[in-house]
Amino acid sequence: MTTLGTRPLDSFADNDQKPVGYGRMLRKEDPRFVRGLGHYCDDIQLPGMLHMAILRSPFAHARIVSIDTSRALAHPKVKAVVTGADLAEKGLAWMPTLSNDVQAVLATDKVRFQGQEVAIVVAEDRYSARDGLELIDVQYDPLPPVVDVRHALDPDAPVIRDDLEGKADNHCFDWETGDAAATQAVFDRAEVVVSQDIVYPRVHPAPMETCGCVADYDRVSGKLTLWTTSQAPHAHRTLYALVAGLPEHKIRVVSPDIGGGFGNKVPIYPGYVCAIVASLVLHKPVKWMEDRSENLISTGFARDYLMRGEIAATRDGKILAVRTNVLADHGAFNGTAAPVKYPAGFFGVFTGSYDLEAAYCHMTAVYTNKAPGGVAYACSFRITEAVYLVERMVDVLARELDMDPAELRLRNLIRPEQFPYTTKTGWVYDSGEYERALRLSMETAGYEDLRKEQAERRARGELMGIGLSFFTEAVGAGPRKDMDILGLGMADGCELTVHPTGKAVVRLSVQTQGQGHETTFAQIVAEELGIPPADIEVVHGDTDQTPFGLGTYGSRSTPVSGAAAAMVARKVRDKARIIASGMLEVSVADLEWEKGAFQVKGDPTRSVTIQDVAMRAYGAGDLPEGVEGGLQAEVCYNPENLTYPFGAYICVVDVDPGTGAVKVRKFVAIDDCGTRINEMIIEGQVHGGLTDGVGMALMEMIAFDEDGNCLSASLMDYLIPTALEVPDWQTGHTVTPSPHHPIGAKGIGESATVGSPPAVVNAIVDALAPFGIRHADMPLTPSRVWDAMQGHPLPPV
Amino acid sequence: MQVPAPFEYRRATSVEDAIGLLGELGSSARVVAGGHSLLPMMKLRLATPDRLVDINDLHGELGYVRVEPGEVRIGALTRHRELLESDELAAVHPVFRDAERVIADPVVRNRGTIGGSLCQADPAEDLSAVCTAVDATCVIRSAGGTREVPMADFYRGPFETAVGDGELLIEVRVPRRPRGSSAYEKVERRAGDWAVAASAAALWLDDDGRIADVRVGLSAVGPNTTAIEGIADALRGREPSEEAYAQAGAIAAERCNPVADLRGSVEYKRHLADELTRRALRRAVARCRGEG
Repeated sequence: MTTLGTRPLDSFADNDQKPVGYGRMLRKEDPRFVRGLGHYCDDIQLPGMLHMAILRSPFAHARIVSIDTSRALAHPKVKAVVTGADLAEKGLAWMPTLSNDVQAVLATDKVRFQGQEVAIVVAEDRYSARDGLELIDVQYDPLPPVVDVRHALDPDAPVIRDDLEGKADNHCFDWETGDAAATQAVFDRAEVVVSQDIVYPRVHPAPMETCGCVADYDRVSGKLTLWTTSQAPHAHRTLYALVAGLPEHKIRVVSPDIGGGFGNKVPIYPGYVCAIVASLVLHKPVKWMEDRSENLISTGFARDYLMRGEIAATRDGKILAVRTNVLADHGAFNGTAAPVKYPAGFFGVFTGSYDLEAAYCHMTAVYTNKAPGGVAYACSFRITEAVYLVERMVDVLARELDMDPAELRLRNLIRPEQFPYTTKTGWVYDSGEYERALRLSMETAGYEDLRKEQAERRARGELMGIGLSFFTEAVGAGPRKDMDILGLGMADGCELTVHPTGKAVVRLSVQTQGQGHETTFAQIVAEELGIPPADIEVVHGDTDQTPFGLGTYGSRSTPVSGAAAAMVARKVRDKARIIASGMLEVSVADLEWEKGAFQVKGDPTRSVTIQDVAMRAYGAGDLPEGVEGGLQAEVCYNPENLTYPFGAYICVVDVDPGTGAVKVRKFVAIDDCGTRINEMIIEGQVHGGLTDGVGMALMEMIAFDEDGNCLSASLMDYLIPTALEVPDWQTGHTVTPSPHHPIGAKGIGESATVGSPPAVVNAIVDALAPFGIRHADMPLTPSRVWDAMQGHPLPPV
Repeated sequence: MQVPAPFEYRRATSVEDAIGLLGELGSSARVVAGGHSLLPMMKLRLATPDRLVDINDLHGELGYVRVEPGEVRIGALTRHRELLESDELAAVHPVFRDAERVIADPVVRNRGTIGGSLCQADPAEDLSAVCTAVDATCVIRSAGGTREVPMADFYRGPFETAVGDGELLIEVRVPRRPRGSSAYEKVERRAGDWAVAASAAALWLDDDGRIADVRVGLSAVGPNTTAIEGIADALRGREPSEEAYAQAGAIAAERCNPVADLRGSVEYKRHLADELTRRALRRAVARCRGEG
């Protein structure tokens, strides 16, 4: 089934509709957010709470000669100062990363990036803790840093990870996917081969709320409560148990309201561990909240891939193969958050949305003296990089063939009858109607007219560009047989209780960072049970209150936990049906389910509502043979495959020929995320992601100087876009349900972030065609666009 | 949350009181007005003044735009928003409104002041270029009296001005001359960002419609706002024309002194000095002729 639709201009939320199930409705959580009544980590105040601040390295690479904490300890309000040496005594100076590397909690031997954690000060208030940092004297012996990733493997490069036994270079890992020989054979016989170096610069998620926690160890009960900015509270709890040796049942991790995550809040950061240690030692609650600079210089970055793309095709525009060689900058520690078998995340989908004969990728990942991280920022485990690569390469090929980029894509998209489609790198795309989405985007944008307008403007010396991208995402990690993070399977639990009066509580393993779970999941349960969303409480974020699951990232909430919510509701409905059959004194087979009520087939006057059943489930009187009282259920959903949302985006830009300044004039986004639960939330996600994409394309980059100093340590230097940089988004959709997902939903959270950067860059490069260039790297600031107009676009690193 | 180092806070009750406090406290004190430059620097601990003298209560005395027959007088504590919204000022010197439209964002403009902007002396600051173009004079008061310093002598280096210890900038005076207009052109990477480069131009025509005088101030292309000398000599007596603008742009590009940074290369910034000076002159001339 495929349906089409574009958003009518006057489609506002009509909350009076109060959909019992899917449909447009205002978010249940918004009344508290828009009134400033959200409860974030930094809002938590506990009696006797102390404050922690972190001393960070001013050097990118230096040996620690000595640390003198005596002056800091003499500060009247300072309660404790902890160094790496102190942690080493407890065996806590190092911790595992999410990629089975190790990372220093506090540096003991040397510092490996500017901003690395060196010591902590715990004091009575935040100001005194920060003042205490100024009183710590650290003697450093600076070492030459590795900043340029292209020289990380030079024979004479300084070795960053001499903490690893026998490590004599900066090699992190090599990885490959696809068939090298088959791909070479295709390239050998191809009529047209083009290659292009493409950089996806280092960018940062920069959530509005920085990372932080409040650690509270209760020495009476022996229980540690950690309120923390975590996208994965259950995974964090288990890792704290495994790493710190704390008994897991004595750890409670709570994610309160989260002010944006985008992957930044997936890892466990040294600050969390330090705050826990401080609370254990001092028997007091300890709060640590990063400041903005700390967030930008030390927490999980994203991208930083240097890619050589190659594409092979016939002269008439049949794409045959894509090949790429990638140099990946992982910073000082491999902190990538990705399933164990996927060290490069899901970069393997670089084959895009096209029917290819062969594909191959080889990747080399290296260490540099930069902050660790690797997968963050709404990227669906590196799909952002993959889509950017293939969508730029298709445009490069179109230029080579002198073919319209829309026409080239139409000739090569995977056809509907080919699904499920197994790519040359082994991914099984579940469903898609690609051509239909692309044609809808072209109709919505008025593509033919835009091309005519462009020709007219070009004749007048104006620089107008039209860029397309077509993307396929792979989201909803993932099947337990393939996917785990540090040995934890990626299935999600869900529990549902219907109370006697018919009100329900659904307990999720995933945690929202602002994307509306309290509404979406209530609507999923409402659709299955016919209970209004307002009567369904969504509980999430507290490990003592919710079942185990791996958290929210990679657009996995709806594909995994959304499925769990539907399944658990169906399980409750199955039990309700048996109870209803007793109430109506008919067999189960004689009942029909009309959303919210069971009725006797052929006799609509005889029915009971789900609320009636709930009261009976807890009430007086007999239940059918073998049925226990109560109305609740739990499930653990293990997805059989990922889901594969897709979309077609068209961007129109105008470039000022005198200054190189880019104005994004128009943007059409057609998304297909399968079944749509709440259109408003989907549109909000798309708007946010598109804005993200414009930011990356035009202005965002974490930059370093040759000494490894981070030049993007504030929001004055690391720019994120405002409403003034973005056009009125024109969104639309097609609906191609996932065949294996219980409700056919596919996930939408990252689609726009993945799909928009190539559309914007393709538009700018298209605008600059008169200057004879076919590629220019992000971020396309006015200066960098002007460089491209001079015929010498420069890589950003 | 970024937190500053300890400091003492004093709140002035009058201009006299402020000058008294500044004289008493000497070089350890900094004046805080809007605070949108100083406070972030203090939070980053790039600035660690021992004492702050808050002059925000002096808005009644120092917040005004007075358009008089011979000059415009602007109180040092006049907020950006007040400059932006002053129709009288825009009618006389439209360059102010041009610039204010692209200074930071409404939140900053509600608090930030012209005096604070000039005294911060950031090389990329906008109003410094504007004041340079319109030939403004800064009025500085101390316990000993009042002195007037033209913009050309106001800056002493990046983040350094002629305002000494115990002194307070109280007013900016801008002369009015007939048959003139002005304009501001800026390139930024994003709304509210500091300029990559910007050009403020003021131009006066004679009775025959020829150029009588021109002044150009550039932002972000030198250690301080750069007053470009030589343009008036090159253009005086000529008809306004694309050739004249091009010559002015070439002089601007040649005489500025930019450095490369994340905002752009030296080559690009020189190009912008040229391009934006041409655009500002073109617009100023159109306004002189009642076309803009």
